[in-house]
Amino acid sequence: MAGRPIGEVILDVHNLSLRFGGVKALSDISFDVREHEIRAIIGPNGAGKSSMLNCINGVYQPQEGSISLRGQTFRHMNSRQVAQMGVARTFQNLALFKGMSVLDNLMTGRHLKMRANLFQQAIRWGAAEREETEQRVVVERIIDFLEIQPYRKIQVGRLPYGLQKRVDLGRALATEPQVLLLDEPMAGMNVEEKQDMSRFILDVNDEFGTTIVLIEHDMSVVMDISDRVVVLNYGRKIGDGLPEEVRTNPEVVSAYLGTVH
Amino acid sequence: MGPFLETLLGGLMVGMLYSLVALGLVLIFKASGVFNFAQGAMVLFAALAMARFAEWLPHLTGYDNKFVNNVLAFAGAALVMVLFAWVVQKLVLGKLVNQEGITLLMATLGITYFIEGAGQMLFGNDIYKIDVGMPKDPMFLFEKTFQGGILVNQEDLAAALIAAVLVALLALFFQKTATGRALRAVADDHQAAQSIGIPLDRIWVIVWSVAGIVALVAGAIWGSKLGVQFSLSLVALKALPVVILGGLTSIPGAIIGGLLIGVGEKLSEIYLGPHLGGGIEIWFAYVLALVFLLVRPQGLFGEKIIDRV
Amino acid sequence: MLYRENGQFKTSYRADQQIFPILQDRIAIALFLAFAFVAVPLLGSEYFLRAILIPFLILSLAALGLNILVGYCGQISLGTGAFMAVGAYGAYNFMVRIDGMPLIVALLLGGLMSTAVGVLFGIPSLRIKGLYLAVATLAAQFFADWAFLRVPFFTHSSSSGSVSVASLSVFGLPIESPISKYLFCLSFLCVFGLLAKNLVRGHIGREWMAIRDMDVAAAVIGIRPVYAKLTAFAVSSFIVGVAGALWGFVYLGSWEPAAFSIDRSFQLLFMVIIGGLGSIMGSFFGAAFIVILPLMLSQVPQWLGIPLSVVTASHLEFMIFGALIVFFLVVEPHGLARLWSTAKEKLRLWPFPH
Repeated sequence: MAGRPIGEVILDVHNLSLRFGGVKALSDISFDVREHEIRAIIGPNGAGKSSMLNCINGVYQPQEGSISLRGQTFRHMNSRQVAQMGVARTFQNLALFKGMSVLDNLMTGRHLKMRANLFQQAIRWGAAEREETEQRVVVERIIDFLEIQPYRKIQVGRLPYGLQKRVDLGRALATEPQVLLLDEPMAGMNVEEKQDMSRFILDVNDEFGTTIVLIEHDMSVVMDISDRVVVLNYGRKIGDGLPEEVRTNPEVVSAYLGTVH
Repeated sequence: MGPFLETLLGGLMVGMLYSLVALGLVLIFKASGVFNFAQGAMVLFAALAMARFAEWLPHLTGYDNKFVNNVLAFAGAALVMVLFAWVVQKLVLGKLVNQEGITLLMATLGITYFIEGAGQMLFGNDIYKIDVGMPKDPMFLFEKTFQGGILVNQEDLAAALIAAVLVALLALFFQKTATGRALRAVADDHQAAQSIGIPLDRIWVIVWSVAGIVALVAGAIWGSKLGVQFSLSLVALKALPVVILGGLTSIPGAIIGGLLIGVGEKLSEIYLGPHLGGGIEIWFAYVLALVFLLVRPQGLFGEKIIDRV
Repeated sequence: MLYRENGQFKTSYRADQQIFPILQDRIAIALFLAFAFVAVPLLGSEYFLRAILIPFLILSLAALGLNILVGYCGQISLGTGAFMAVGAYGAYNFMVRIDGMPLIVALLLGGLMSTAVGVLFGIPSLRIKGLYLAVATLAAQFFADWAFLRVPFFTHSSSSGSVSVASLSVFGLPIESPISKYLFCLSFLCVFGLLAKNLVRGHIGREWMAIRDMDVAAAVIGIRPVYAKLTAFAVSSFIVGVAGALWGFVYLGSWEPAAFSIDRSFQLLFMVIIGGLGSIMGSFFGAAFIVILPLMLSQVPQWLGIPLSVVTASHLEFMIFGALIVFFLVVEPHGLARLWSTAKEKLRLWPFPH
């Protein structure tokens, strides 16, 4: 549950449709996300959840519909612009920079804050060194928060899956986002790891007020921590509202949940 | 008009030779997603093998029938290429199964250097002859329409015929046979193909063997025309622009791309060359490919490349 | 016992971010540089300096440039020879057409020419990757081969097709003897090596690696692929161009386009692969390896008493190169540099096994 009072609409999706050749990934999807809330997107595999996030980030360009961010409406999102507007995300398949260390991965998240130009960086002494150190301070706070201090110099490709997931989250957090899109952050984790991850997500929402949009399959997690839920099935929205409402929605139950728990 | 047509035909003939090399490239790419930089070196290697076998066999068997000799030499060289395919699969491809394209490309670069050295060490580095009994006399066609007729090389015509037959056979193989289907499945997605039980390593040996035999045919034809020498592998570098033009996954594309490049080179040399100082053949094909890469990277007949996240 | 980090606690991020955080490394590097700048010129024979060290230094520089593009940013280039040529001919033209042009300025200007061409040929990289990009860089290679042969402007209308440079000097000091040439090249390598290392451990280096590893995720963070790729091409071709100019001016003295042919491109690519992609040290290892190998091939059989003809040796060289490329790609894709750092790791623990 959100720590702060839920605010105005910060992200609004209008009638979004996305096609790949003949396959319709999303059909006429509309929903909104309010500031400071934790909004879950659930649905069976292939329902279009990741595609939805990809549209918000500008990775895919939807054929129809538009997306509003902080009142500004866009037909097509540009990845960099979206990042500049304070939206960050993690990826289902962990799009980490495998060749770099944990520290370097997180430091890339500070990209938009880096100002030193090429020449300053080549000389390093002076402006670039100062900036590098300043940003390091910020990133170390995130490392402390996620409890990954012992791994900071290790190449991420070598870390176990659960830790990689945390690095993915850390990189997104390093961008100091206002909206955080999490694509199945707990996939493949055991109970303990899920508890840790839930705690991190709730802490981020609580301490920094970050709005969270969360794709997740674990229903107990969804019911526990989210404020509102959107349900997708075959690219269509079949449910939208409070967790209890969605849980008892017959269409949702038959499509996804099975029997009512 | 006469000279223009002669240039055109000359270009078509050279282009057809490019196509033959490109064919091997397309085969391997279609079936394994690997871009085989070594295809040109394979042409040289195969041709060297055949040329030398043809020389050595009479001494070994004491038999001197030229036709039988050539057939045996061809068969021997084909066997060498199959063996080569097996070794490549075992030592290179099998170990680099899930690596990215760049890694595999660089591996084929390594293979190129290796067989360039090995081929010459095993078979020698002089210029060798392949004599497959191709008719060498020129013909004059259309004597009534054009004065003196158009000079056409009978050897080139025969080569064109062989190439056409080869392409038809390959196209049939890919479309109609079970192995061909399996090859296409593998090209699409290695892991998926593996998961339905297609034996990747055997498939790749087959593909590389076929490509090796295609290289042998190309080498035999080319060697018969120009003599088998080291520069053969350099000419084969032209095969890359050919597949860019035609599309990496298209057999007809390899043929048409080859012809276009062959004709384009000759025509551009004659008509554009003098204005630019001559010798533009070395870059014409590549610059043309560059233009295609910017405008239509999948080439004329290739499949569109989609990047999925 | 010798190589330990014990007791070397870093009390500031700045100390942690140094190029050589471990004290023993810093001492080793200082000793090595002293050796290179002082001992080698005094002790090395003329042949050793002229025929082995100078080409090694210049090719290391070129490999460094190529490694930035291929190893750090993941953009393949088969046209490095062309960029070296642009640097060489560019510097040459500045030298002969402008009176009193200082040598170092000419070399750097040659590098800038190469940068311009590099950025131009980097533009396709925004749309195409991997193999397709390789073909584009080959177009650059063949076009350069032709242009420097057939376009009279580039060779200052030289009748023989080759160009040469007269006596070189820096601030009045002549660069003629092997020792002076060696020190000149060594200085360039050290300066450029340091600048490159700074770039690579700085933010732009992370941008390059991000594009290499996962360009979609990089875009989502706000990294602009255009900027990252074009700067990689720019920096890489600048360094390669300067190396090319050094190759022509200092090592060859007079040259033709064939000095920068496709064989040179492949040679540099091999250096980078064998030495280690994405590693500054790797570029040096790779260059050393490729320079030494032909020498070994000609000397070792003699020592063993097995005579090898020159021709066979050259075939063997091809085979060994090819086999080594495949070997490294299969067994240690990070090349000699990884082997080196693994050895150092073991040394840190020595005499304990783990």
